[in-house]
Amino acid sequence: MATVHHPHIHGLMAEFVDANALVAATYRAHAEGYRKMDAYSPFPIEDLHDALGMHHSKLPLIVLIGGALGCLGGYLLQFGTNAVLYPINVAGKPFNAWPMFIPVTFECTILGASLAAVLGMLALNGLPMPYHPVFNVPRFALASRNRFFLCIEARDPKFDLSKTRGFLETLGPREVTTVGD
Amino acid sequence: MAHSLRSVTEAPDAPVVAPGHTFASITDKIASVVLTRRTPLGWYATFMLTLGVSGMLAAALTYLVVKGIGIWGNNQPVGWAFDITNFVWWIGIGHAGTLISAILLLFKQAWRTSINRFAEAMTLSAVICAGIFPLMHTGRPWLAYWLVPYPNTMSMWPNFKSPLVWDVFAVTTYLSVSALFWFVGLIPDLATFRDRAQSRVGRVIYGALAMGWRGSAHHWQQYEIAYLLLAGLATPLVVSVHTVVSFDFAVGIIPGWHTTLFPPYFVAGAIYSGFAMVLSLLIPIRAAYGMQDFITMRHLQNMAKVMLATGLIVGYGYTVEAFMAWYSGNKYETFMMWNRMTGPYWWSYAALITCNVVTPQLLWFKKVRTNVPVLFVISIVVNIGMWLERFVIVVTSLHRDFLPSSWGRFSPTVWDFATYFGTIGLFLMLLMLFLRFLPMISIFEMRTLLPAARIDEEALEH
Repeated sequence: MATVHHPHIHGLMAEFVDANALVAATYRAHAEGYRKMDAYSPFPIEDLHDALGMHHSKLPLIVLIGGALGCLGGYLLQFGTNAVLYPINVAGKPFNAWPMFIPVTFECTILGASLAAVLGMLALNGLPMPYHPVFNVPRFALASRNRFFLCIEARDPKFDLSKTRGFLETLGPREVTTVGD
Repeated sequence: MAHSLRSVTEAPDAPVVAPGHTFASITDKIASVVLTRRTPLGWYATFMLTLGVSGMLAAALTYLVVKGIGIWGNNQPVGWAFDITNFVWWIGIGHAGTLISAILLLFKQAWRTSINRFAEAMTLSAVICAGIFPLMHTGRPWLAYWLVPYPNTMSMWPNFKSPLVWDVFAVTTYLSVSALFWFVGLIPDLATFRDRAQSRVGRVIYGALAMGWRGSAHHWQQYEIAYLLLAGLATPLVVSVHTVVSFDFAVGIIPGWHTTLFPPYFVAGAIYSGFAMVLSLLIPIRAAYGMQDFITMRHLQNMAKVMLATGLIVGYGYTVEAFMAWYSGNKYETFMMWNRMTGPYWWSYAALITCNVVTPQLLWFKKVRTNVPVLFVISIVVNIGMWLERFVIVVTSLHRDFLPSSWGRFSPTVWDFATYFGTIGLFLMLLMLFLRFLPMISIFEMRTLLPAARIDEEALEH
């Protein structure tokens, strides 16, 4: 296994000066057969999803479930408290006066869906993550400013320290760095 | 997106980012305000002043808790007065933040990018100030948790058929979702701060808040979906919040309150006052921090146009309100409107129409919209007008309702004013802290506006 050969290496990282070079390089690496890799940019670039062969996100489904749970929970809260546990007669309205329960049900739906969106996004991204090897590269600090990085990871079956480095050098990077684990 | 961005960035006379900027220069300029530049003396002066005013708020609220709400001018028949006026005013101001960040995002308005972060911070501060008033108005704020449904030894539960309980849910949801939306928007910029902070303390704090954000394509994919969905959720939320606030009035049977006009009229008024507040704050801030490159004349003009449009809707609301009072043939409604215009509080109605309907007509003229000091004055006038609107709705409706034997007058006490101005101090103090410690403009979204962020798809070899 590749990981056995490179026990202290996370991967190889190429730095690019502009976004187009990163997208082109990522397409090339994917065509070359590399799969365990990630591209880093200071702003979202949709073309990278395609270039990396990424799958659809599960997040919309999570948000839908969060919203449905909020909706159901909001209604049941009102039904349970105002119609079952503590029925109050307000102006002769039925105990289960569903039109009066719409506003709170709506707010709970939004709250459930929003919490699901944020927590789901963090969970799918594995955040919070206190340590990640890419931060061992000093110049990676520029990934949140103006530079673009492509990292091919050592766990990729095709990874070979010298061959992969040679391949990355052909993509016109500013430099290629070995990422310690 | 590509199309709208292009048309915006290539419009010759009205760029959203001044030309000549790069990813690095945008990042450095916005980050330097917090991380490297010396904090301006003006910041310290404003902070100390607003801290002092917040201290006055703390004193006023402490005295209120000790003595009870009798220290305010509220009394029968005007049981709601400054407190509810201020509550609605603050909540309304908050709405512009959500409108700018969520609704304009869905409409792909690229110009929102440089003002959404600040506007969202304004929303949070405004909602915090708003929350103080109903909390204190309960009279026993230490029992405010009774509003929350929780199993208790009294075996009692809140009455969910009351708009006041809806309001609790609407406002707390609004505060939570606004905070989530704001924080999610901040994550990539917090990572920038983590990577650029000079001090160890800064690196640790911003690093902890950024939670290990790496800006990988996988991160961005989930992030963009989450951000867009949050915008989609916040849009109906913001409309619902002021609708529910208007239900506090409209579900009651008081003449002047019991009307189906209230929800749309309140929502338009909220956006109107919110944009006025954004302008009142951003005009001095962009000058103080030299942000004219990012918050351009185009931004100020667009906000002025939104103000004009929502101001016209609000003016229409006043007209329909008066018309319906007459057309209904209901003598209580007719009297209420006549009393509002000519009764003891006629001056508040006259001032309201002057501030909210007459003054904004100046915004039809491009000369006015491009004159920054005049724009600033108009925005302040609209803020005052929108406060008066809520005062008129609350006080002139309550003070003379059905039975002349129960008529009365309201006059505020010094504590009413201390609490109101105190919340303005708290609001500004929170914003000063935001300006000092967080990026006032969304850095990563500004980067996407640059021509260099455009991917030339035809040049890519597949």
